[in-house]
Amino acid sequence: MKTKNQTHITTLPGGQDILIVREFEAPREKVFRAFTDPAILGQWLMTAPMKARIDRWDTFAGGQYRYVFIDPSGNELGSKGMVHEYLVPERIIQTYEFEPLPEKGHVQLRTTRFETLPNDRTRVQIQILCQSEADRDGMIGSSMEPMLKAGHEVLDGLLEKM
Amino acid sequence: MSRTMRRDVFQAIADPTRRDILGLLSRQSLTPNAVADSFGISRQAVSKHIKILTECGLVHIEPKGRERLCTLEPAALSTVSDWIAPFRKLWEDKFDKLDQLLNTLSSEDNEN
Repeated sequence: MKTKNQTHITTLPGGQDILIVREFEAPREKVFRAFTDPAILGQWLMTAPMKARIDRWDTFAGGQYRYVFIDPSGNELGSKGMVHEYLVPERIIQTYEFEPLPEKGHVQLRTTRFETLPNDRTRVQIQILCQSEADRDGMIGSSMEPMLKAGHEVLDGLLEKM
Repeated sequence: MSRTMRRDVFQAIADPTRRDILGLLSRQSLTPNAVADSFGISRQAVSKHIKILTECGLVHIEPKGRERLCTLEPAALSTVSDWIAPFRKLWEDKFDKLDQLLNTLSSEDNEN
């Protein structure tokens, strides 16, 4: 079996965006569906021990979305935004705000592009444009914190049973 | 058993002061006091950070004369030398899960 597809992440010093590129062994329509069908999206948007729940997912320009990450203690971390463009199966442009941030107004612009490759493969590019370099670096630097907290809570629970 | 008995390297580098300490130690091994002097924060605070860094294997402390010297552990650091590593890991894990789901979708479509 071939090795798994690599996730390429590009950030430039002094910039305020992140580019995430990943290829998938499935045709574009299918990958687009996995990114936009709440029932499927909810299964991969966050990895164990965290869970994801999609509260709202409008599939039209001008719509809204909201989802939450849930840690093993039941704490909910919400994310929300507006849908600026929804072009099936090529491109989605959304605003994004992480609700638990201590200060309002740190909103990102996220563009997800789906590109057809030969042999029924698909390349997905996610561009995350932040309002400042500090916003971007803060998001990258803290990206694992909820996961780490959740992981330690699970570990604590296991240790208590030992 | 306390949770401090198991530390994660990504937790260690989530803190900006600890990242700075690692940067400092990457240039030279230093005593805890020398680390504290470099940052202008209390020795108690530095001691706490160094304790966390040693617990996750990023730093080890060895005696040197009457002093103790903090030295970077290059092998442990290689997993986190790239500051974007935890962010990358998060997305890799998500996409790996998505790969599995796409396989499931494929088989469902073939059956229909």
